[in-house]
Amino acid sequence: MAYFSQQLINGVVLGSIYGLIAIGYTMVYGIVGMINFAHGDIFMIGGFVALITFLILVSIGLTFVPVILLLVLLVAMAMTALYGWSVERIAYRPLRHSFRLAPMLSAIGMSFALSNFAQVAQGARVKPVPPIVTGGYTLFERSGFAVQLSNIQIIVVITTLVLLALFTYLVSRTRLGRDMRACEQDQTMAALLGVDVDRTISMTFVIGAALAAVAGMMYLLYYGLVDFFMGFVAGIKAFTAAVLGGIGSLPGAMLGGLSIGLIETMWSAYFSVEYKDVAAFSILIVVLIFLPTGLLGRPEVEKV
Amino acid sequence: MKPLKLIGLTLAALLALSAQAIAQDIPVAVAGPMTGGESAFGRQMKNGAELAVTDINAAGGVLGKKLSLLVGDDVCDPKQARSVAEKLSGNKVPFVAGHFCSSSSIPASEVYAESNVLQITPASTNPLFTERKLWNVLRVCGRDDQQGLVAADYIKKNYAGKNVAILNDKTTYGKGLADETKKALNAAGFKEKLFESYNKGDKDFNAIVSRLKSETIDLVYVGGYHQESGLIVRQMRAQGLKTVLMAGDALNDKEFAAITGADGEGTLFTFGPDPRNKPTAKAIVEKFKAKGIDPEGYTLYTYATMQLWSQAVAKVGSTDPKKVVEAIKAGEWDTVIGKLGFDAKGDIKAIDYVVYKWDAKGNYAEITKQGS
Repeated sequence: MAYFSQQLINGVVLGSIYGLIAIGYTMVYGIVGMINFAHGDIFMIGGFVALITFLILVSIGLTFVPVILLLVLLVAMAMTALYGWSVERIAYRPLRHSFRLAPMLSAIGMSFALSNFAQVAQGARVKPVPPIVTGGYTLFERSGFAVQLSNIQIIVVITTLVLLALFTYLVSRTRLGRDMRACEQDQTMAALLGVDVDRTISMTFVIGAALAAVAGMMYLLYYGLVDFFMGFVAGIKAFTAAVLGGIGSLPGAMLGGLSIGLIETMWSAYFSVEYKDVAAFSILIVVLIFLPTGLLGRPEVEKV
Repeated sequence: MKPLKLIGLTLAALLALSAQAIAQDIPVAVAGPMTGGESAFGRQMKNGAELAVTDINAAGGVLGKKLSLLVGDDVCDPKQARSVAEKLSGNKVPFVAGHFCSSSSIPASEVYAESNVLQITPASTNPLFTERKLWNVLRVCGRDDQQGLVAADYIKKNYAGKNVAILNDKTTYGKGLADETKKALNAAGFKEKLFESYNKGDKDFNAIVSRLKSETIDLVYVGGYHQESGLIVRQMRAQGLKTVLMAGDALNDKEFAAITGADGEGTLFTFGPDPRNKPTAKAIVEKFKAKGIDPEGYTLYTYATMQLWSQAVAKVGSTDPKKVVEAIKAGEWDTVIGKLGFDAKGDIKAIDYVVYKWDAKGNYAEITKQGS
């Protein structure tokens, strides 16, 4: 039981990070109907911005950790949002009315461009940071196995939950959210009714990138390092999570992220670590066979 | 159009000239992971090769010609290694010092063998590198079957009756080393409690760590590179696990300590006796230090590779790889890492591995004496 609880914690934390990235995929898909393959690299950029901000803050003599974390979070979100906005403006908007595959190809190109940019600008080596948030609690101990919950794990999960609640509210209750949903249904009609489609799509990319920045920062805090190619694997996993949860659905992305995180962890815990990715993707296939639109996805309705 | 043509011609002429200028030199190459996760080691190799070439040129070069150094980047990727090897062969290098990852050195060696290039690896320890009876391969470091023996010996002595787990990263190097260590341990009647593998590039090891914790593992042996080992150590300490991590020669870079911080204290790895402490290396270590470089890990091995080749070429009087290989295998050579002699396969005759330990300040030191 103690062992199971520990693995549950491991899985939920990993899943939260996947989920945060997955939200970006799902929001963009919901509105523009394209897979933003550069999103994983936006997440990587977020990690780097967080790292650079952290180092600057420490070098000017800040030592109070909560203030540092808050400032890093804000700067990372702002800077990365700028990247997300630029990517949409440069690579996707000019191709929006082109054939369907064009934006996807330009997204793949953007992904290479961003990761190579980080490699050239920041070097090809891993960038480690010393543990910033330390400490934790021993929840309970049974037959010699102490279940540990570290502070950073608490921060990751709470941040994820708060952000998820915030963005669900944003999409379902605010003016911007209404515009987004309108664009999702029919862009031409939304434009006719006075919704600024370009602006709404830009905002979607900005929000997705800001969330990716949070994920990047959490990743930096949790694992203690960033590198220029980390966006690729994380991006693939998060994309899988988005599809599993039902692409286009916000809670679905989170649920998908948690599922992937838990499957990987539990498989490693009780079977073999070697096949954890095989397990995650097999379950994805099984789910898609029985629920083609994912766990929480709405069935595609033919628009008339 | 006319001035444009003229400019074009001038440029072409200039190019021809510079190609001519390079042709005056003997091109030699160092190849390894200059970028990517293992780039710390690529840097070690490049540092070693650069200073060696500078020193050799300062002493008059080889056969009256200067050496010019080409650098190949294989990112520790087997496919990339092949294309780097093809490119270097196309540049007509007679000799390559490299590569680092065994999974790169092995496929590259086949290209070199076909294109008549001598390959001396300063760092690839997988036995297969020299076991395939290629004419053109030599290595100046040890082999994983010996490394595994030393590791197993240490574990047997210090962890008798305790729980040991073995992990590997499924790479040629990591899996090979883990298998050799397991073989040596099992031969001594020591059974590991867990044998698992992970993917190179993984960042989240929490599931494995919890598993080590529930199996009350005292020592985990990792066949893998420093980045993953560093993360495993960090995540073990975060879960309150005091298990000691032991690994192979891929832990001999300060970047490991940068990842673990003080948590790396007590981590063990096997490597050749520190070449920096050898009396033959003193003057060259000083030279590196003057340039602000700590010649750790495989830096001096790469330096020695260059020395070895240039001495052999001077003796043979030609850069013909086939003759140079014969000469190297026949003789004994004074290098910065000591006197080297080779067997028919291309491995060095006297190999000894020792166990090192990391301390809390991010330095490592030998803890076993040679042969113990």
